[in-house]
Amino acid sequence: MIEHNRRFAFVHHGILIVSIAIISFPIYVVIVASTLTLPDVLDAPMTLLPGRHFVANYITALTEGAILGGGGTPVWRLLLNSLIMAMGIAVGKIAISIISAYAIVFFRFPFRMFFFWLIFVTLMLPIEVRILPTFQIAATLGLLNSYTGLIVPVIASATATFFFRQFFLTIPNELVEAARVDGAGPIRFFVDIVLPLSKTNIAALFVILFIFGWNQFLWPLLITTDPDFDTIIIAINRMLRVVDDQVDWPVMMATTIMAMAVPAAVVVLMQRWFVRGLIEHEK
Amino acid sequence: MDERVYFKNKVLPYLLLAPQIAITLVFFVWPAAQALFQSTLIEDPFGLSREFVGLENFSDVLSDPRYAKSVVTTAIFSVSVAGLALTTALFLAAKADRVLSGRLIYRTLLMWPYAVAPAVAGVLFLFIFSPRVGVLSFALEAVGVDWNYVLNGRQAMMLVIGASAWKQISYNFLFFVAGMQAMPRSLIEAAAIDGAGPTRRFWTIIFPLLTPVTFFLLVINVIFAFFETFGVIEAITQGGPAGATNILVYKVFSDGFVGLDLGGSAAQSVILMAIVITLTVLQFRYVEKKVSY
Repeated sequence: MIEHNRRFAFVHHGILIVSIAIISFPIYVVIVASTLTLPDVLDAPMTLLPGRHFVANYITALTEGAILGGGGTPVWRLLLNSLIMAMGIAVGKIAISIISAYAIVFFRFPFRMFFFWLIFVTLMLPIEVRILPTFQIAATLGLLNSYTGLIVPVIASATATFFFRQFFLTIPNELVEAARVDGAGPIRFFVDIVLPLSKTNIAALFVILFIFGWNQFLWPLLITTDPDFDTIIIAINRMLRVVDDQVDWPVMMATTIMAMAVPAAVVVLMQRWFVRGLIEHEK
Repeated sequence: MDERVYFKNKVLPYLLLAPQIAITLVFFVWPAAQALFQSTLIEDPFGLSREFVGLENFSDVLSDPRYAKSVVTTAIFSVSVAGLALTTALFLAAKADRVLSGRLIYRTLLMWPYAVAPAVAGVLFLFIFSPRVGVLSFALEAVGVDWNYVLNGRQAMMLVIGASAWKQISYNFLFFVAGMQAMPRSLIEAAAIDGAGPTRRFWTIIFPLLTPVTFFLLVINVIFAFFETFGVIEAITQGGPAGATNILVYKVFSDGFVGLDLGGSAAQSVILMAIVITLTVLQFRYVEKKVSY
């Protein structure tokens, strides 16, 4: 048996709690800042005790934005843009990957492996290595400042396709035989058998891809110039570019908290699927 | 050999693949080919004339001292981020593995930084280390550190490393915990019966068994440090001061978009592609081994 000494257990808990406190410290400071007034924050070093302007700051952020004297995009609009983009990317990636994997696993046809490798290639070409030409193509196709432009160019997914392929390979072949004997075609089989079996895998993947989509940075930064299409992550970055004196720090920190809260809530509330998706997705 | 039954349909599989393949060709393969093509051309900034120059862009890039500096910066940055994020996560996972109660709570509390976008992680660190309003800047000043990352390159580097590693700890932690849970308990119990203490058990059994996970994470962390930290750099330093945090990915972006040096940027893209391809191959070789203990 493994020894479990009470005194040592206490030490381990202590170390874990202190580490978590250190790791959470930046968030704590930002949450506190989002409850203060601008003079409180500028009166450096700011206090580490929460203030009483929590509600006021979040309402200002949601309705007006964090640039002093107006001119910023209100956060409700930014959250909406982020939500549309994240949902579009997650749903889009799952939809096109699940049907590609279905084609590759359940059919035999000329150039099957060629297509498989072509999908694989996307893994080796992250946006960061083809920034300019991809931007030029999006511009040519008129995708700048549009939801389509934010979503479609990023929804090809090798990892999601592999993820579904691995799962489809575990579906017993007898099921396919039985379906064929019963006269069910490939579309019927997909809708009635494969989709219901994939439910938990889809949920797991959705959590990972939603966060991936929500946190997109470089691509939206390139293709949106119209603040109406800014996502919340991009807007926060733009606020940093405004001269120091014009940023309402508490409101900006409220915006930052809201930008994190959505994906963090998804991770924590959908923990079971998240951990599973993360570990399986990367295999 | 292949006994599986398949659906027979001449058109359907192509239709199913069409959306994925179309996006891959238009937004991945074509731009990559363009980058390869542009990397052999010199174009004037107005796009009026261009000239084929072979490998001249590459030799220009590779002989540019700023590029060499960026390579060194990237190396220091990636090694530090990966090292810091991996050791911290391994330490925490080992501690979480030793406690009997509360494991799930600790996991939850360590999980959420995964959800924070790199750009937002940058904003958090920028705010607490800002020379003007930052809480920790004042703490550092109080203990005698002359803190100003806006002017001091070393401090800027430490800050972007800290912010990037901070974000990556959760990911590593979850994989280490999963790896430890997958280990046969009997092995660890046998060692305990033989009188090996917790520290000895960690270094002689748990750590060696974690090697495949660690290698896998090492590759993932290097990929993260190379490419996904763009947001951290953009938020905190924009590559400055004086290029001190100008990692390769940031340089491609700033040379191409801000400097409008199309050929040079394309040549840098092609070099980065070679790096990603190498890393991806490494990743897949270790993935095979990761699952079998």
